[in-house]
Amino acid sequence: MKRVKEWFLTFPSFGWLFFFFFIPACIVYAFAFKRADVTGTTLPGWSLDSIKTLFEKQSLILAWRTIWLCGITTLVSVCIAIPMSLHMALSPPSRQQKLLLAIMIPLWSSFIVRIFAWKIVLHPEGFIKGILLYFGLIEKSTPLLYNDLAILIVMVYSYFPFAILPLYSAASKFDFHLFEAAMDLGATWRRTFFTVYLPVMFPAILTASLMVLIPAAGAYVIPEVVGGSGSEMLGNTIARRVLLDRNLPEASALSLLLSLLIFIPAILISRCRSSQIEGYR
Amino acid sequence: MAASIVFDGVSKRFGPLTAADNVSFKVEGGSFFSILGPSGCGKTTLLRMVAGFDTPDSGKIYIDGQDLSQLPPNQRPVNTVFQNYALFPHLSVRDNIAFGLKIAKKDPFFIDKEVDKMLSLIQMEAHADKFPSQLSGGQKQRASIARALVNRPKVLLLDEPISALDLKLRQKLLLELDLIHDEVGITFLYITHDQTEAMAVSDEIAVLHQGKIEQVGRPCELYESPKSSFVAAFIGDTNFLDGRVSKTAAKEYSQLHIEEFPEVLCYNDKKLSPGELVHLSVRPEKIRISLEKPPEHDLQNCLQGTVEDVVYKGDHTKYWVKIGGHRIAVTQQHSRFLLDTKPIKWKDEVWIRWHADDGYILERYDALDEKLVEAPSEKVGEIEEEEGDEEG
Repeated sequence: MKRVKEWFLTFPSFGWLFFFFFIPACIVYAFAFKRADVTGTTLPGWSLDSIKTLFEKQSLILAWRTIWLCGITTLVSVCIAIPMSLHMALSPPSRQQKLLLAIMIPLWSSFIVRIFAWKIVLHPEGFIKGILLYFGLIEKSTPLLYNDLAILIVMVYSYFPFAILPLYSAASKFDFHLFEAAMDLGATWRRTFFTVYLPVMFPAILTASLMVLIPAAGAYVIPEVVGGSGSEMLGNTIARRVLLDRNLPEASALSLLLSLLIFIPAILISRCRSSQIEGYR
Repeated sequence: MAASIVFDGVSKRFGPLTAADNVSFKVEGGSFFSILGPSGCGKTTLLRMVAGFDTPDSGKIYIDGQDLSQLPPNQRPVNTVFQNYALFPHLSVRDNIAFGLKIAKKDPFFIDKEVDKMLSLIQMEAHADKFPSQLSGGQKQRASIARALVNRPKVLLLDEPISALDLKLRQKLLLELDLIHDEVGITFLYITHDQTEAMAVSDEIAVLHQGKIEQVGRPCELYESPKSSFVAAFIGDTNFLDGRVSKTAAKEYSQLHIEEFPEVLCYNDKKLSPGELVHLSVRPEKIRISLEKPPEHDLQNCLQGTVEDVVYKGDHTKYWVKIGGHRIAVTQQHSRFLLDTKPIKWKDEVWIRWHADDGYILERYDALDEKLVEAPSEKVGEIEEEEGDEEG
């Protein structure tokens, strides 16, 4: 009886996932095994041609660029979010609310608008370039826009809030008596941070990494708007294959690759996380 | 050998709150010293100032003559056992205990040996590889004691270490703590709000009230000769009687005049002269109660009253006897099986008596302390009295 009840309750979400995620994903992946037609549709019959294109040099470069851009974005976001979440958790409650609000407010405006705003900020005539030029830190010819660095900056900016939220919620539950206990036992503040705070926060750090990594890997607007011709990522290349090249099988093959690139670290991280939690909770 | 602690005029304020007000006392080296007080009296602040987590606004704290004020917490020769255990959740019991030694960069073989010694001291060899979440409250507390002791501190600070546990376990751990103290022989500074805990294990107790030291002394000194009404009421239970010396009787005894109460005799060790105000404290267990009039005795106060309330507590029974305008608490132990004797009941006319030496004159008195004394509510008593009258 209880089982039936449970099944009944989980059915809507399960059904939703099945019909609107699992089936569409399967359809997309199935297209990878079709052959493209010049008109943008697919020819009858199956083929591995599109899958084979994934092993061409161009695709591998694309995949590698996506991996390292996302990796660095995750690393930088988490490295900023850890001290910041600690600072927030140690602040008085009213200040915590204000800081949280300051992080949330930008999310209320349109994502696309914010990315176009970065285009203005990083523009060759923009004020950041002006300042850097004034102090002689860069050459006039150094580009700030339309390259990997621009993508990196905007990705960190965009996905950083997803890292701070899980870290802040874990840090605010952290028992700061542990700091006193460690210092009482002779540890310095820095030692305590590395030997007590970080290990205890490790599950939250993994969650935060996933929260940044997943949207970053699928980034499509950011490389499209601030990236240059030499800095495509998987996300915007898929869009191009669909919209410009009208080659659905190749787009699907790239989607399959992107899914795998996200799945593997996601599964590894969640495995690691659950074993960590079982270890001491 | 063991280190002494000296508090020299230590004061600390948190905004409008005074946590420590010119506190001065000395803890003898090697003793089990308790700081006892109700919650919010500032006792934890005193401990945190020794540990270095709070700094005094004025005054100094010395350990073995060394001024601590310039030392950060991680360089002080003390270790703390925290009330909430504060064990590191990501480390096993063994690694928790080894933490301090690893920080001190001791030799790994030495660390292993010391940790094993500690594990056997707290009898937790079987649980060495468990994580704190897998331990019971008592085991966690033992582990946190071991984690502190393994560093061989000059002083062990214990911040209400067993207050989160249930009664039977508290009693057991308290005795263990006493054994550990005998074993390691260092100075223990123990913070508690529980007077029975403090009385049971301490060599000396400092009673703290609203940031001020009320009295420092051995347990029996505090109990038998409390200086203030607060100490008298906080440690154990008592009856307060306020009056004036009416005349000096034989030797060092004085006759007291108390409003709405018969004259009583008491030992006047404070050398008060006739007319002076007296606050007398008489412990309930020093008063005897009987249905028959006891034989006369020179130095005995013998008064007649009505039993107003009876609370049976197993090993003893507590009676509240109304005499004039006062209610006197009396406890009687049952050395014989209760049913063998005619029990004293509600409304019985009884005689109570106590020796003149058993009333103790307090130096300081505050009417607020009367609230600390165990007593049944006046109001309920009144209502029941009225009902009784109607029946009669």
